[in-house]
Amino acid sequence: MIKEALNTVSDLWSLMVGLRVTKKYFLDPQVTVRYPWKAVSNIASYKGHLELVSAKAPGKPKCISCGMCALACPSNCLTVVKRKVPKPTPEQAQAEAEAKAKGEKPKDKTPKDPEQFLYDYTLCSLCGTCMENCPVGALAFTGSTYLAGYSREDFHFDLVQVLKNQAGLEGVDASVAPETAESEA
Amino acid sequence: MNAIPAELLRIIIGLVAIAVSVGLIGLVMVWVERKVAGHIQRRPGPYEVGPNGLIQPLCDALKLVGKQLFMPKGADPILFWLAPVLAFLPVLLLFLPLPVGDGLQTLDVNLGLLLILAFSGLAVLSVLLAGWASNNKYGLLGAARGVAQAVAYEIPLLLSVLAVSFVAGSLDLAHVVKLQGTWPWNWNIMTQPLAFLIYIVSALGETNRAPFDLPEAESELTAGFHTEYSGMGFGLFFLAEYANMVVVCSVATALFLGGWHGPVLPGPVWFVLKVSALMLLMVFVRWTYPRVRFDQLLVINWKWLLPLAVANLLLTAFFVKLAQFA
Repeated sequence: MIKEALNTVSDLWSLMVGLRVTKKYFLDPQVTVRYPWKAVSNIASYKGHLELVSAKAPGKPKCISCGMCALACPSNCLTVVKRKVPKPTPEQAQAEAEAKAKGEKPKDKTPKDPEQFLYDYTLCSLCGTCMENCPVGALAFTGSTYLAGYSREDFHFDLVQVLKNQAGLEGVDASVAPETAESEA
Repeated sequence: MNAIPAELLRIIIGLVAIAVSVGLIGLVMVWVERKVAGHIQRRPGPYEVGPNGLIQPLCDALKLVGKQLFMPKGADPILFWLAPVLAFLPVLLLFLPLPVGDGLQTLDVNLGLLLILAFSGLAVLSVLLAGWASNNKYGLLGAARGVAQAVAYEIPLLLSVLAVSFVAGSLDLAHVVKLQGTWPWNWNIMTQPLAFLIYIVSALGETNRAPFDLPEAESELTAGFHTEYSGMGFGLFFLAEYANMVVVCSVATALFLGGWHGPVLPGPVWFVLKVSALMLLMVFVRWTYPRVRFDQLLVINWKWLLPLAVANLLLTAFFVKLAQFA
């Protein structure tokens, strides 16, 4: 009986404690940011869509077109289009033939970086399996929080193109040989 | 030409003032509620429309007015539309006997308290009609809860009010206020602290405010008795809730907190200040405590509030009688 009464008193006191907590929060500064006018800056941990990591030369991806990412992707949202072996110019063909004649091993001139790296963000679940499976660490998540578009196609990216645009190489045709792009950069 | 009776004129002017202030209070309280909720959750609350979001409730009200009024299939059309009107109309009546200042009262009747208590009971009827006529299970459940709750909480509310009017020897709110003094220690809350506590808790239950908002418990009953109401049908219920809050806070101010009495500032200002403080307390309570379970709600009432109120009333009556002999 007495214990019950004491319990009631402590219960009532807990109500006061609750009010004190909300009063404290009421007076504390706000922790949210008024979004369209201000944005949070601490989004380093945010996972945005994928991007290709550029090699030393800006605009040129580290990617070696091995296709491990596309193979590992559970949502099948990646397609790596390998670059075709460029047709050797007559001089190159001649040099190659000479080298062959000398008994040297022909140098592999095939560029490793992909022609296109198609990425369907609408399917991606940001699991990161592609990054784990990449042998050269050519993939990363962006911190791009505020991505929005009007159509589904706005989220179908060619990451090679995205990387080039990032490097300030807009207007550079994707079909242009990477050597040219490098020299321009 | 016969002159218009002064009393009639007084009531008409009073009713217009009441209608205007109820609308204004509704808008301001929606803003206060959302601001307090925001700040307690450490976000700014409404901010974009007008300075500090002050115009936001007006925009919301306009949106509500512009919305289509829907009635569910199989609903009772007369009762369905009667309910929100019935929720709102008696509220205007409740403001009539409230003494805002010395002599500043629309209707000076010696049974003012009784008038308020009687007509506030009509709110339950509107809840019941709304829930029943909607032909909706959530509505019906909300209505059933609302009735059980209102019937239960009305009793301790009445008893706590009665204790004060025993001391004052009157059911006239203005008279009760006149008997109190300027300073807090001259107020009835000093002689009747338990009655005040019981009154506030029961008032929360009567106005269906959290933590006793079971008739409209969002997480269980979508919106309870007003689930099926759209547009101004819902708007009237909403407005009635805030108006009811003002009424219970005003009655508490008049009965326990010395009404218009206060130092320096004029009477009506003190009255408004005290009512605002109580309203703010109610808002804080809503955003602090979780909703009680229905059995807990009834246990609080029948096992605690009611016996305490009865004991308080008996003690009060005993001391009043003693004072008469002394």
